[in-house]
Amino acid sequence: MSQARHSITRSVAAHAILITYTLIALFPVFVIVINSFKARKAIFRSPLELPNAETFSLIGYETALKQGDFLLYFQNSLIVTVVSLALVLLFGAMAAFALAEYRFRGNLLMGLYLALGIMIPIRLGTVAILQLMVATGLVNTLTALILVYTAQGLPLAIFILSEFMRGISDDLKNAGRIDGLSEYRIFARLVLPLVRPAMATVAVFTMIPIWNDLWFPLILAPAEHTKTITLGSQVFIGQFVTNWNAVLAALSLAILPVLVLYLIFSRQLIRGITAGAVK
Amino acid sequence: MGTLSLKNVRKSFGNVDVIKGVDLDVEDGEFIIFVGPSGCGKSTLLRMIAGLEDTSSGTVEIDGAVVNAKPPNERGIAMVFQTYALYPHLTVRGNMSLGLKQAGRPKSVIDERVAVAARMLSLEEYLERRPAELSGGQRQRVAIGRAVVRQPKLFLFDEPLSNLDAALRVNTRLEIAALHRQLGSTMVYVTHDQVEAMTLADRIVVLNAGVIEQVGSPMELYNNPANKFVAGFIGSPQMNFVDAGLVGIEDAASAGMRPEHITLASSGGRLSGEISHIEHLGGETNIYLQCGEAGLVGVRMFGEHAFDIGSRHDLVIDDARIFRFDTAGQRVH
Repeated sequence: MSQARHSITRSVAAHAILITYTLIALFPVFVIVINSFKARKAIFRSPLELPNAETFSLIGYETALKQGDFLLYFQNSLIVTVVSLALVLLFGAMAAFALAEYRFRGNLLMGLYLALGIMIPIRLGTVAILQLMVATGLVNTLTALILVYTAQGLPLAIFILSEFMRGISDDLKNAGRIDGLSEYRIFARLVLPLVRPAMATVAVFTMIPIWNDLWFPLILAPAEHTKTITLGSQVFIGQFVTNWNAVLAALSLAILPVLVLYLIFSRQLIRGITAGAVK
Repeated sequence: MGTLSLKNVRKSFGNVDVIKGVDLDVEDGEFIIFVGPSGCGKSTLLRMIAGLEDTSSGTVEIDGAVVNAKPPNERGIAMVFQTYALYPHLTVRGNMSLGLKQAGRPKSVIDERVAVAARMLSLEEYLERRPAELSGGQRQRVAIGRAVVRQPKLFLFDEPLSNLDAALRVNTRLEIAALHRQLGSTMVYVTHDQVEAMTLADRIVVLNAGVIEQVGSPMELYNNPANKFVAGFIGSPQMNFVDAGLVGIEDAASAGMRPEHITLASSGGRLSGEISHIEHLGGETNIYLQCGEAGLVGVRMFGEHAFDIGSRHDLVIDDARIFRFDTAGQRVH
């Protein structure tokens, strides 16, 4: 092993930087979680203190779960996120395959058109989207949110996946054709497994904005039965009084599902991000 | 049975013509090799035979039937790719049997054919492994096995040895030759390596810029090239071309001499030059001489020879072995 590449000071420095960054990134989350277990007064008296026997309280969680239909909000968020994610991955991968694999007139233009959404925020079209949803009677349904989020997620998905699919050897797909596999089976059995890391990357980048979004639920689906968790948490934030216990508890709970989904994808994600950079 | 016939086959991508009218008849059991420099369209032509590329015009016939409109799996062909192109998620057995499974063959037939192919290619102990657990040479053998199992009318090889290292390339070349003898099937093979072409082929098709320059047996191409391109492409080191006048020939524009047909002497040669570089290969010695107006001329001598760089020599050329070409590069006799 060469000295130059395994210097102890260098690896200590690298780790110090990474640990510092991790602490900074995790600190707000940490503060939210510890304070969600404290009584209201303790939150304001010493916000950075860990909950102890005196200050420990589950009042926030009780309020959050009692007031409003929290489980329903959760379920709504989960349905919207998972269904949108599935649609984005399915349609994104299929469109990317077509763009990467087939020569047809306007291929390049179509690719640019589909990638345009990366540069233009979908929120600019909110008024038109709302009119559309009113006209089609989809206001206050989860379908409205799913449709919007699918549209929102597709550009990036197509952009990333088509780049990856171009990288897959043509010979492999041709071997499949000679063996008599249909284009769908070539897509599903040969190509998809090879772009799995890219799919995980896309999944994470797509999922988090959807889960965290407040804008579209507020505008398209503010009814009680379609509220998502981010919108549901807003009931505790008033113009004059904010129920901090409940807000913090709701936010802590909201972190959980996205954390679970992230853990599922993360192993693949790391491979996806480093693919190409390291062989 | 497996004849192949190409009739005025053309291919263009947009405004670019890649294949500019190719006519070729391949007999049953023949080993045909397409050679040519990169970009000459040899791989495209092979992919058109396979049905992986559409033909812009002309017809492709396999076994007497026009297959232009048939998908690759219905053409009765099997193909071996340069990059192996094995299915990464399947075992060796799975890779070899997928095509037959898709065609709905009974399991007993599949098992038997896989067993025969595995024995032929000594892959028996690797049948349950995945491609990632195999070496490059083994992977290429699996790819060949996948083709053998299909019992095709036509084997297509797309530069199958290019990704292997030199030693393995020789071994696999011998295996492919043995396979051809054993199966007696028609094989069409694409390579840019003239050694592969010369050693394997019954007939070689030399392609250049989308047209066939010459078709013939390896020795025909070597002894009787139709034009300057073929003369320069076949043979290594390359044939020397000089202005015909410099070697005393009046009825041609250019004269070609193979390096192995020139000998060095102290006097009496038509050309003379100064040695500028020597390559010692043990079995042969390649000498390059700077011959004034004639430029750099290569001479190939068999065995080991010692010469001083910078020394002057006369080049004695066997008259009967000089190839004459006109201004258009066509051979004149």
